[in-house]
Amino acid sequence: MNRASVNGSSTSTRFTRALGVATILGLGWLAAFGLLISPDDVVQGSYARLLYIHVPSAWLAYLAFGVTGLASAGYLWPRTRNLNWDRIAGASAEVGVVFMAITLVSGSLWGKVTWGTYWTWDARLTTTAFLFVTYIGYLAVRDLGGSHEQRARRSGVVALLAVLEVPLVHFSVKWWRPLHQSETIERGGLKGLMLFSFFVGMVTFTLLYVWLVMHRQRLIALNDIVDDRGLDRALAERRNEAAS
Amino acid sequence: MLSVWAVSRLVAGKDLRVEWRSRIVTNQVVPFAALMMVMFAFALDSDTVLKRVAPGLVWLAAMFSLLVIVQRAFAVETADGALDALRVAGVRGAGIFLGKAMSLAAQLAVLELILLGAAIVLYDTQLVGSGVTLLICTYLTATAGLAFIGTLYGGLAAGARGRETLLPLLMLPVAAPVLIGATRATEAALGTQGATTGDGWPWIGLLLLFAVVFGAGGSLAFGSLIDE
Repeated sequence: MNRASVNGSSTSTRFTRALGVATILGLGWLAAFGLLISPDDVVQGSYARLLYIHVPSAWLAYLAFGVTGLASAGYLWPRTRNLNWDRIAGASAEVGVVFMAITLVSGSLWGKVTWGTYWTWDARLTTTAFLFVTYIGYLAVRDLGGSHEQRARRSGVVALLAVLEVPLVHFSVKWWRPLHQSETIERGGLKGLMLFSFFVGMVTFTLLYVWLVMHRQRLIALNDIVDDRGLDRALAERRNEAAS
Repeated sequence: MLSVWAVSRLVAGKDLRVEWRSRIVTNQVVPFAALMMVMFAFALDSDTVLKRVAPGLVWLAAMFSLLVIVQRAFAVETADGALDALRVAGVRGAGIFLGKAMSLAAQLAVLELILLGAAIVLYDTQLVGSGVTLLICTYLTATAGLAFIGTLYGGLAAGARGRETLLPLLMLPVAAPVLIGATRATEAALGTQGATTGDGWPWIGLLLLFAVVFGAGGSLAFGSLIDE
């Protein structure tokens, strides 16, 4: 690939543009519904509106970490070994960490106004916090340097170890403090337009996830090309020095 | 070619010999761990609270000491390119992993005994006859689990020379189930706050599962982690 083609290549395609427009429309609806149209909750009043952000971002974060695990397995499995898997894993983990942070912040704000406390040592909350820290560690491992293959192998192993770790943390915390928050949807608490908007939120956030990961993954690929190019150029310069 | 088991015994023997001759853990980590037990007392400042939380403090101090021991264990390997030499020699990753885990477990086991002794002396912790079996099982399973994850993440951080600061961030979240399980089982064994030994056995199951999962996972993954 020559220099011009990298400068000229964009991370967007017709598909991602369409996806972006759909995401904006969905987010617009979610904002309008969540902030204006939705009636106050009988018990929680206006605070229930936080859940239109909280639940979809939690879903997105779990989806993202799941994809990171699968993509890492895709790289480590010899028959499907391809650096694109690693880039998808990395992009997905970055997006997951951001949305996990949004989940934790929105959840603790909601907890303060409804339970009267920012934090309880509930199994789900604690597991979520551990997931957040674990994937911050994962991103740090990706930044350790070395060749792309080294990065892919190292971070792939860490991602798979995280898959082992999460259930163990979850069960140990669950035994430690056996509190449980039951889910509102399972109890049938959401109805009609609220339920509809809730699902609009889930779908929109999923689209947002796909859009972000596609762009980020392409950006990582471009970064890798720049890295390789820099190395090639440095090698060529040293060779020229030696020759002259 | 040597079997994995033979390699792991050689690696463990080498590590323990290095420690025996350098006495780094004996002269630096053990005093550090004892100091932590004293500092906990300063921070908590109440005899009843200390007695109540003693099992947790013992395991917390063991975990923090583990970080130091792990860094030492891999500094030995990376300093003169010893790990590269092992790889060039065609030694399988699983053998190195199990060997280093065994030597870590041995060092950690001694350290934990000292920590338990410190808790008995400093925090007025009392051993109960009926809880001894449970205590020994906790001690064995938790030590194995900690040694496995220490080796696994230590190897990862060692592969990326000079990034030891990453080790606590990677290892502590993974070690959380061991801290919870070992603390609860020890409380049950010591009868802290009216806990009975029956409360402790399910936690041994968790600790054992943890050790098996990370022992197997580490044996499989270690080769590709240190491979460059």
